[in-house]
Amino acid sequence: MSITADTTVIGGIAAKFRTCPATGLQVDLAAERLIKANAVAAIVFLAIGGLFGLLVALTRWPAVHLLSSDMFYLVLTAHGLDVLLVWIIFFEMAVLYFASAIILNCRLAAPRIGWLGFALMLVGALLTNVTVLQGDASVMFTSYVPMQAPPNFYLGLILFAVGALLGCFIFLGTLVIAKEEKTYEGSIPLVTFGALTACIIAVFTIASGAIILIPTWLWSLGYISHIDTVMYKLVWWAMGHSSQQINMAAQVAIWYAIPAMLLGAKPLSEKVSRSAFLMYILFLQLASAHHMLVEPGISSEWKVFNTSYAIYLAVLGSMIHGMSIPGAIEAAQRRNGFTNGVFEWLRRAPWGNPAFAGMFLSLVLFGFLGGISGVVLGTEQINIMLHNTLYVPGHFHATVVAGTTLAFMAITYLLVPLIFQREIIWPRLAKWQPYLFGLGAAGISLFMMGAGTLGVSRRHWDITFSDAALSFDYPPAAFLMLGLNGLSGILAAIGGGLFVVIIVASVLFGKKVDASNVVAALGPTPQKQMSDTVSTYGSAGTFHLPGTYILVSIFFTAFVLYYFVNWKYLSELWQLG
Amino acid sequence: MALTSPESKVWWNEPVGRAELTWIAIAFLWGVFMFSMMVWWHLEGNQNLSNEVYRVSPAKFEAKVEAFTEKYKVREEADIPVAKPEPGADVYMLSRLWEWWPILELKKGQTYRLHLSSMDWQHGFSLQPVNINIQVHPNLEHVITLTPTQTGEFSVVCNEFCGVGHHTMVGRIHVVD
Repeated sequence: MSITADTTVIGGIAAKFRTCPATGLQVDLAAERLIKANAVAAIVFLAIGGLFGLLVALTRWPAVHLLSSDMFYLVLTAHGLDVLLVWIIFFEMAVLYFASAIILNCRLAAPRIGWLGFALMLVGALLTNVTVLQGDASVMFTSYVPMQAPPNFYLGLILFAVGALLGCFIFLGTLVIAKEEKTYEGSIPLVTFGALTACIIAVFTIASGAIILIPTWLWSLGYISHIDTVMYKLVWWAMGHSSQQINMAAQVAIWYAIPAMLLGAKPLSEKVSRSAFLMYILFLQLASAHHMLVEPGISSEWKVFNTSYAIYLAVLGSMIHGMSIPGAIEAAQRRNGFTNGVFEWLRRAPWGNPAFAGMFLSLVLFGFLGGISGVVLGTEQINIMLHNTLYVPGHFHATVVAGTTLAFMAITYLLVPLIFQREIIWPRLAKWQPYLFGLGAAGISLFMMGAGTLGVSRRHWDITFSDAALSFDYPPAAFLMLGLNGLSGILAAIGGGLFVVIIVASVLFGKKVDASNVVAALGPTPQKQMSDTVSTYGSAGTFHLPGTYILVSIFFTAFVLYYFVNWKYLSELWQLG
Repeated sequence: MALTSPESKVWWNEPVGRAELTWIAIAFLWGVFMFSMMVWWHLEGNQNLSNEVYRVSPAKFEAKVEAFTEKYKVREEADIPVAKPEPGADVYMLSRLWEWWPILELKKGQTYRLHLSSMDWQHGFSLQPVNINIQVHPNLEHVITLTPTQTGEFSVVCNEFCGVGHHTMVGRIHVVD
């Protein structure tokens, strides 16, 4: 690769660029270095947190019951922290820098502040991890008061959050620079719009985190005597759940980005897709209520309005993406010549390309497992049957592992050739990786949801209650579910381990990418047979997408059936009033 | 494409395809329906969580639970007193590291006002195998109106993590005819 590092001086600030051989875009080398650093840190914490997750799954498996009780609670705390927060936010920083500087063909605002943010995040993540591993902070990721952790547990989280906030401001600053310096024409691309959504939600999230973690830290130090338990949960979850909405926006942006890169897919309607993102900005933050549905001290009116994201308007946003993304893929594939029957476009999609396979599996698993279960779980009365059971981690492993993590893995297969400028080594192994991981993650989600439906508690070391004064047994089917969950955990760990090994080896030893091999390095793409069947987008009547209509109908039918089954179960419960 | 600026600069004026519009309408109406279900269940359904809550200090709540237990105690099980209140009574159960106290004996088909609170950290009242799950906070006394519809021996598992003894925290409710 000939790094033609041009020095461009704009407004007294020198930035060095290379020209991307695939797109011809100017790539700011400072942005590129920051993307690399954040992505590497993310993957390291994914490996650590994923290993903790495997230990949790093997302990939950009654026949194996690997860890002692205190180790189990310690490892579970670290698992939640490292994957739910550290892996995902580090990777999101890389996504924000990519979606601003790289896609907009622009220099990154204040790269030095970016490094400061990176350092704060790294120090914060390490500080909290060390505090947990020392053994006095097994308070779970949520650290509900009045249970108390040492001050450094909270301090590490605060530092991490401040670092992430700096990254958000750099993203916003880069958008301003790109506009000022006219590096693009018209409106920002949809993917950048999605990243902007993620960034806005991130700022809200981090502010909520500061509002609750700073007083809790002072309480842990002894300067504050009392933290209200309900208020803590309300504000903590404005961080804890909203941070998952950052993922949501970032992963939807990736769902649009990968088909765009590999198939040339365009959104069916810019207006509709952007409006759907706008619904996220306006309504997704109400999700704190999902954790408050069986709490004392909060009115039903508040619960019903907030848990439904204001009459399900944010769910509407997701359902819109759920049609417009497969629709964009179908339209692109039909334009590429795959017009036979209803599903040739899908059959002949690049299933051997891990970026595409990961992206599509992530979309399907998120929608069917994570989305539907989330709405059901978040229904005020149905939550009485499911609150704090294993159904809850079942749901969010479908969203965060099968959804977000798989989407982030998928885009990594494109970031390695484009940003690290290396070929993926062992492409045959890489081809299988998303399937292994997706299957494992789907199993984890389904079997935990199954166990939760049978009443099994989450965050619980011993479902046989062998040390309890009063005996109790969960139904035998619950034991089967947790055994299958253990097997799925092993499968997901193999898939996740393969990902880490393939990416690390590619970055270190992969063949260099230049103009001669950059297209091949992106993995297999369908043979293009350009035709004019679908020449314009965004105007009514120019395209017909029967495959997408069928997929969406299947999804909606599953949604409605599952929703009513749960109301039926609820109606059989003891009467509560 | 999604990685480049919209082809048409005035993208917000482009017409939207009929299929997409139909789907948006269906999804919107489904959302309104699901919202209405929760409201309707409050009016017509039999499974709604009570909003009756009082502030209470742990010591005061403990005193109330002890008076209740003394009044209605009929026997002991595993050294834990069993209280059998009259139908319709106010019944009490406290949670602390790591027990639910006392054991209750209720009559099927009768309605009770169950008072829950915690002496220390948060706990999770998880009635099994019925599968009713309610969060229990310290300093808040939650009064739940409960009507058992089955007879048998039911367990109260703690399903909010409360430290190293969390998995040993099991309570009991008997329901008799």
